[in-house]
Amino acid sequence: MSAMMTTADSGFIPSGSSDGSLGHLVSGDVDLTHNVILYLENISVSFDGFKALNNLSLSIDVGELRCIIGPNGAGKTTMMDVITGKTRPNSGTAFFGQTLDLTRLTEPQIAHAGIGRKFQKPTIFEHHTVFENLELAMKTDKRVWKSLFSTLDDDTRDKIADTLKLIRLDTQANRVAGLLSHGQKQWLEIGMLLMQEPRLLLLDEPVAGMTDDETERTGELFKSLAGKHSLVVVEHDMAFIEQLGGKVTVLHEGSVLAEGDLATVQSDERVIEVYLGR
Amino acid sequence: MPKQGWYGLAAFALVAVLLPVLHLCTPANSPLHVSDYIITLGGKIMCYAIVAVAMDLIWGYGGILSLGHGLFFALGGYAFGMYLMRAIGHDGVYQSDLPDFMVFLDWKKLPWYWEGTDHIVWSMILIVAVPALLAFVFGFFAFRSRIKGVYFSIITQAMTFACMLLFFRNETGFGGNNGFTDFKRILGYGITTPGMRVTLFILTAVVLMKTLILGRYLVTSKFGRVLAAVRDAESRVMFIGYNPLWYKLFIWVVSAVLCAIAGALYVPQVGIINPSEMSPANSIEIAIWVAVGGRATLIGPVIGAFIVNLAKSWFTVAFPEYWLFFLGLLFILVTLWLPDGVVGLWMKLRARSAARASDKLSAKENTEAKA
Repeated sequence: MSAMMTTADSGFIPSGSSDGSLGHLVSGDVDLTHNVILYLENISVSFDGFKALNNLSLSIDVGELRCIIGPNGAGKTTMMDVITGKTRPNSGTAFFGQTLDLTRLTEPQIAHAGIGRKFQKPTIFEHHTVFENLELAMKTDKRVWKSLFSTLDDDTRDKIADTLKLIRLDTQANRVAGLLSHGQKQWLEIGMLLMQEPRLLLLDEPVAGMTDDETERTGELFKSLAGKHSLVVVEHDMAFIEQLGGKVTVLHEGSVLAEGDLATVQSDERVIEVYLGR
Repeated sequence: MPKQGWYGLAAFALVAVLLPVLHLCTPANSPLHVSDYIITLGGKIMCYAIVAVAMDLIWGYGGILSLGHGLFFALGGYAFGMYLMRAIGHDGVYQSDLPDFMVFLDWKKLPWYWEGTDHIVWSMILIVAVPALLAFVFGFFAFRSRIKGVYFSIITQAMTFACMLLFFRNETGFGGNNGFTDFKRILGYGITTPGMRVTLFILTAVVLMKTLILGRYLVTSKFGRVLAAVRDAESRVMFIGYNPLWYKLFIWVVSAVLCAIAGALYVPQVGIINPSEMSPANSIEIAIWVAVGGRATLIGPVIGAFIVNLAKSWFTVAFPEYWLFFLGLLFILVTLWLPDGVVGLWMKLRARSAARASDKLSAKENTEAKA
């Protein structure tokens, strides 16, 4: 455990041992003994006095599909930043499984541990082809040395082909990703997440800008992923959340306001107040 | 590598052999004779072309604009210059064991860092190791602190300027503002003989070709794709599990070492190295070669280095006082109208003529179909 935490920045030259080499450092199994994949406890983050997160506590079960809603500025994106190592909390703890302290790992280390993130605005490599986007995302040893001598084997090609089919871009494999439609870019980014084989997927407004048809297909995809993966979906689209059908958490001013299934949450007085104002 | 690439390299190799042959085997009054001047100029520009390719690897493919690459070039030059100074032996003005400038400063013995520089092998190690070490340390801290864009450019510019001031001092032990000159020989062979001149020319051509092949390997490998991804969307690269630090650092060090090798080849061909090679303007000029030729292509920087430097060698004779104005103008024009450089322009023209040809073809088919 302590060895995992102290080896922060290394991995330029393959060292042979698994310690101190980025690719292997946290790839050991995440300890899921209590059936919980993510714990956030009393997390606070403030920017220049503004409290983006205020004593936020949240836990996600293994295989769960959780939706997170909340008005603008409720802290949804900041919460994802904390989980993925982009923002360090001022106080509180964040654990992945029982043992991995997310507040002490870097972004690439967290990605290797098994957390994948989709941004609000589709973030893909616009100058690379669709195929290359998936190739780069694939779970593998991601150190410089390996990438210098890496070749594509049949296994890899098959995996990429499967994912292409799943995200319905198999006819676009050699197209430059920047030329895709908005919805296709969203799907490509989801495909990149899947190539990472993460245990936990964080999806920030995954269906924004999609057509109704695309939205529905995305919902089906997510439902099929739940169980094998755990998913946290931040969304505004209530119809989509209803389709997903999981537990819903409402964030407001940086902490949890309500939690439960969608109907319960929607009938909660405080939630109505926050959304409609008084 | 695409077929055209190999053809291009083969054509280049042919010219690189033909010129020295014509230089050595034709009498000076023959119309086919290639003069000393052409050989030296060609060798010099090929050194610049190596620097331009090195710059393109970090800027065009990695998205990191260095304005301090002149420093690595100069360090390579100084490292080999130390050997050249020692190889003068007793033939200097003061006929001393020490290089002339040290005698002039009344130094009694060599500074410790000059130890071993009379061996060409040690000097070759220094050519690679010193710039690599400096680039590694500098790059590690800069990239770890996530310094990017214009801030990085300014820091590299400051770095080369600071080193220039350091090398200007006599106490630094590198000949102060005069630098090193009056070289006599390499491995016992006279440095001004036609044989040596041609050897250096061909050696430079070989290094340039190897640099292009290495560059081609790097940018088409998965490493190259990750590097371009870092350039385009660094945060996405981090969140899929790559640490951009090591990718940037690797290409940064490779680029610095290539520059240093070019500098080491340059010094014996021009016969002098002094701190003005580290001046900020020199490093900016390197970026201009790449911009003129075309970023993120490998042939572009080579073409850019040749165009700008051939223009320079003509301009600085014809209108010496206007060269810098012309260079500035060129940079503005390229930035405004040729964002992808000469190579980009050529590809655009080719795409246009291809489109026109296919238009004509379909028009012809249409008329034929009607008939």
